[in-house]
Amino acid sequence: MSFMGKYTLPEMPYAYDALEPHIDAKTMEIHHTKHHQTYTDKLNAALETCSSDIQAKDIVDILSDIKSIPDDKRGAINFNGGGYDNHRLFWNNMKPNGGGEPGGSIADAINDSFGSFSDFKEKFSSTTAVIQGSGWGWLVYNPSSGKVEYKSMPNQTSPRTEGLVPLLGCDVWEHAYYLNYQNKRPVYIEAWWNVVNWDEVESRFSKTK
Amino acid sequence: MAFELPDLPYAHDALAGAGMSKETLEYHHDLHHNAYVTNGNAAIAGTEWDGKSLEEIIGGTYDASAVAQNGIFNNISQLWNHNQFWEMMGPGESKMPGELEAALTESFGSVDEFKAQFSAAGAGQFGSGWCWLVKNADGGLAVTKTENGVNPLCFGQTALLGCDVWEHSYYIDFRNKRPAYLSNFLDNLVNWENVASRM
Ligand SMILES: [Fe+2]
Ligand SMILES: [Fe+2]
Ligand SMILES: [Fe+2]
Repeated sequence: MSFMGKYTLPEMPYAYDALEPHIDAKTMEIHHTKHHQTYTDKLNAALETCSSDIQAKDIVDILSDIKSIPDDKRGAINFNGGGYDNHRLFWNNMKPNGGGEPGGSIADAINDSFGSFSDFKEKFSSTTAVIQGSGWGWLVYNPSSGKVEYKSMPNQTSPRTEGLVPLLGCDVWEHAYYLNYQNKRPVYIEAWWNVVNWDEVESRFSKTK
Repeated sequence: MAFELPDLPYAHDALAGAGMSKETLEYHHDLHHNAYVTNGNAAIAGTEWDGKSLEEIIGGTYDASAVAQNGIFNNISQLWNHNQFWEMMGPGESKMPGELEAALTESFGSVDEFKAQFSAAGAGQFGSGWCWLVKNADGGLAVTKTENGVNPLCFGQTALLGCDVWEHSYYIDFRNKRPAYLSNFLDNLVNWENVASRM
């Protein structure tokens, strides 16, 4: 078997129209079948040019040690590998009838780091809204501090490249909201809170321990 | 003196037959460009940059290590970028002036090779930004790409042609197909007389 196609487009965990009215079906369909597909294809293409020991590693391990990728290949792996991983995290940290406030250990960790859930939400929304150009807002777990933190990342650069564990991501590339919200990114973010899947965030957080 | 949003140099529907819809120009000019004007004016109000030219503000506030946090630079550079962008396009046939064709051939080997490099730069920009045809201080032409609002003024270059590759430029008309947007831009939208006039 040739190396081509180590990664395939991850399946959506719900229908394209399941997040309506907050995120429209057309946006979800293009975002998954075109954008996520392209990151997946280009990750495969970039890996094809790499050595077999890099090819053998899982993408999570590659992103977590991005400096080990040779200079001339790092940009493409960082971008397309990040795009592949970020979007599969994104689909799963959303769900129909989501939103509300988290419970469990992630609620305690958020309160510990941000003071309260509403302080966290305000910090996440306001900082993510002003990301320059394309990027992502993240709630991450930082293994060195042992705490959860907010982190903005440019383009498709994964929080994993900075040793952080992604827990909850919000895609603020224009493709994530343009058909429905045009330039109104803050309105999209406000709507996005209604589809956050806190069970998934809690599950990711519990695996950090 | 506050900056103002310039009118488009043509009607909003003037480029619709050439691959840039009225809807795109309404959003892009009336919402996005206008927001850079409004936010740029608000950012410089009461600062040392109030009353300076766009070029002075861009040159004076560009800091490669801190672009992400720089509200003055990001808004003012994007204001300038879009001012140029509308002028660099136009309706109707545009024949490339001979002096420009000669300069492109000299620097790139051929006009087709220039177009290939320009498209590759735009397609290869990771995320939002621009691709450019620039004139360097030594007079030679080059193709570059820049992130977000960064532009040739930051590097002492003259911008001859720029193409906006933020998704808002092409999402309505081309969805995710940035390479198709770029080739349409070069084949059907560029006002080559305007490009030549910048040399
Ligand atoms: Fe995305
Ligand atoms: Fe307008
Ligand atoms: Fe733009």
